This record gives sequence, C-alpha cells and structure tokens, in this order.
Amino acid sequence: MLTEFRLPALGADMDAGTLVEWHVAPGDRCRRGDVVAVVETDKGAIDVEIFVDGVVRELRVPPGTRVPVGTVLAVLDTEALAAAPESLPAPPPTSTAEGAVAASQQRAKISPAARKRAQELHVDVVSLRGSGPEGAITVQDVERAGPSPQPSPQPSPAVVGEGAAGMRAAIAAAMSRSKREIPHYYLATTVDVTSAVDWLAARNAAAPVTGRLLLPVLLVKAVALACREKAGFSGFYRDGRYDESPVVHVGVAVALRGGGLVAPALADTATRSLAELMDGFRDLVTRARAGRLRASELAAPTIILTSLGEASVDTVLPIIQPPQVAIVGAGVVHVRPWVVDGRVVPRHLLTLSLAADHRVSDGRLGAHFLARIAALIADPAAL
Amino acid sequence: MNREQLARRVLELLTAIAPDVEADSVIPGVAFRDQFDFDSMDTLNFAIALHRELGVDVPETDYAHLASLDQCVAYLAERLD
Repeated sequence: MLTEFRLPALGADMDAGTLVEWHVAPGDRCRRGDVVAVVETDKGAIDVEIFVDGVVRELRVPPGTRVPVGTVLAVLDTEALAAAPESLPAPPPTSTAEGAVAASQQRAKISPAARKRAQELHVDVVSLRGSGPEGAITVQDVERAGPSPQPSPQPSPAVVGEGAAGMRAAIAAAMSRSKREIPHYYLATTVDVTSAVDWLAARNAAAPVTGRLLLPVLLVKAVALACREKAGFSGFYRDGRYDESPVVHVGVAVALRGGGLVAPALADTATRSLAELMDGFRDLVTRARAGRLRASELAAPTIILTSLGEASVDTVLPIIQPPQVAIVGAGVVHVRPWVVDGRVVPRHLLTLSLAADHRVSDGRLGAHFLARIAALIADPAAL
Repeated sequence: MNREQLARRVLELLTAIAPDVEADSVIPGVAFRDQFDFDSMDTLNFAIALHRELGVDVPETDYAHLASLDQCVAYLAERLD
C-alpha cells in the first residue's frame, strides 16, 4: 500500500517550511521515528521523523523548496517492509544507499545560523567538520570553508522570512490567535520552595558536576504529576471540544539568545526520573540553541512550563500556546521574610502562576491545580 | 598556563558550550548574564566543561565566581595553582 508522507504541523504557529535536505533516497527503507528530512522553519532547522515503516518510492519535494504544511513530501510503500519477517532486526547497512543514510544521520549537528550562512556561501555542510559542542558545525566553520567552487544553480529565495524575523512573526501569529480565541484566566500564588532549594543544594553538593539538577526540572516533574491528578490542563482544544491527553508531555520554554523562544517537549514527563528529565532538558536546550529540534518534540507539548526566573522577574503571566489549554509560569526565587508557625523567618519564595482556558476549566479548578504543584515541590525527594 | 593563556582557554570553553556567542564580542569585565542572557543551564554546562577540560570541580556555592571572564580567570588561576 502506498502512503503519502506530508509535512507535519509543528504547533499552531507554523504554516510552511523549507525542505533543506533528504536523509533518504528512493528505495531506502525507513522505520517509524527515523529522521528522514531536515526542514528549515521559523523555529530553526527541524529534524522531521517518518510516522510509518516503509520503503521510499518517491521524493516529491526537492531540497530548497518552501512548501505549506500538509504538502506531500514523499510517497512510501508500507507493504514492502511488512512483507519482511517482523522478528528480524533491520539488516546492517550494506548497500551504498543505506550506508549513506546511516552516515548522514550520524553527521554533525549544525546551528540554524551556520546552515543559513552555508546556504549563502554555497558551502556543502556534509563535507565540514564541526568545532562546536558534540562536533556541531558553527558559522566560523562554514566561513572557513568559504564558497565552494560550484555554486548551486538555483540559489533558493525560500530562506527569506525565516531566522529571527520569521520566528518573531510566527510567535506573533500564534499569540494573536491565542489572545483572540482563548478566554484566559490567570492565577498566581507564592510558594515556599525552601525545602526544594535545600534538597537540591545538598544533592548537588554530593553529586558529580554532571549529575547536578536544576530547579526547573523539579518544577517540570511537579507540573506533570499534577496534570495526572487534575484533569483540564494537559490536552488540546480543537474544533469546539477539549481532549485530555492520555500522556503528559510538558514543554519547556527555551529562550534563544538574540530573541525568540521555542518550547520543545520532555516526552512522557510524569514517568521519568529527575535525572532523566535533567538530561532531557539539557539536551533540548542545547539543541534548541545550537543544533536542532525534532518535529515530534515541537508538536508534542500538552502543557508548557515557562521559567522566567533567570530574567529576575517575580511573576510571569504567560499566554497559552494553542491548541493547548494551560501554561504554568515560574518567576525568580527570592529569599524573603515569611511567616512560619507564627514567626517571621527568611525563606526561599517563588511565584508560581497559571494561565488556563476558561472554556475547559475555571479559577477554582486552576487554584487546586496550582496548589497541587506547590505541594509536590514541597516534597522534592518524592518527585 | 599564564593568565592570558588561561583567558583564551576559558573563552574557548565558553563558546563551545554557547556556540551562539561570538568569542570576539565577550567583554572581560561584564557578567555573562548581562552580555548574553547566560542562564543557570549555561552556568552548569560551563562548570561541566571546566571540570572536564581543566580538571577543576566548581561547587555550586562558587558559581558566583564564574560570573564574568575576569572573575573566571582569577578564580581558576587560584584553583589551578
């Protein structure tokens, strides 16, 4: 059976992308979850995964082409692979085609800025060796390589509109839609996070530097667990109805230097350990800023946590990312006077906030939800 | 390693963990946070890089000494002695 592989939407604010390169060629087999293409979007270059097992029959869109979401990128034969015995693992890459795919998937990461520069200079990034983290190709690497002697015959106009200005436009479109369509209500509460701060400090002092945790990771886990207990905050509102997501994927808002932000998901947040979430968080931040994100990570969040503590603001009143129905905000942690057992004592205080969709929940439910997050944070060892 | 070499090395590590920061643009006396929105994740990654590349284990309680390039160099020079 032939299946069309279409450009997936990467959230509410993306309506088009530029196909930068293919990782597969006709005749290649691919499995669900394999990265088959790189697409340049307002959110940077994104690895796009295939959603079925199959054999590539046809690539419909050549690199350098800007296409709207939903465009058929490739056609796959899903039976060609199903005919093979299921229990056998995929054979090691032997043919040149498969070898090329494996090699291209292992090749270095490249930052969106470097990729753009490479396009301007007509530098073939596959031939470059990166000097950045994990071998990532930087702008300097590209510029060192200089213009290649054979410029590509058709310099693509497609990249115009992407990058920082494109991302700003995409954020504007999504947030305008959110404010137009979603009746937000906002709640905020001051949370005593002293026990979490002390627990983290003790744990991190005893751990090797690579094993240290950051407070946002505790918040992410607490949000995920609260979502499992309280319905109405982790899911999607589409076509006039709300569907609670069976699995909680908390998106973490990552600010990009030079402006813009993305909120990729930590998949199945509630079931993962703090150490796993920390590794995932670090990986997402690194790839959001230097490498690149996967399409599934951008499309997945069922709720977002935005931690603006780094910017030293007390309270963030965030805007929901449609079609989600809630977003949790965290401000900076201050040491301030607080009353405990009738006495004023210095405590670590954090303002936790919630913006939620009034079509789905109301302030009373929202207050319960926030209180649950606060209670979970107060007992960090149980997270 | 003299101070100048140390400063160069620190700058290399800094731009390796934050490739979107230009080495030439770093002002030695100004906090990384104020120059390019260095956050707690950047600081942690920086501490990991210092541990891996220079063998210096910077405890969380000393993160304040890593605020700017000048402070880093002063702190690391002392630790490496």
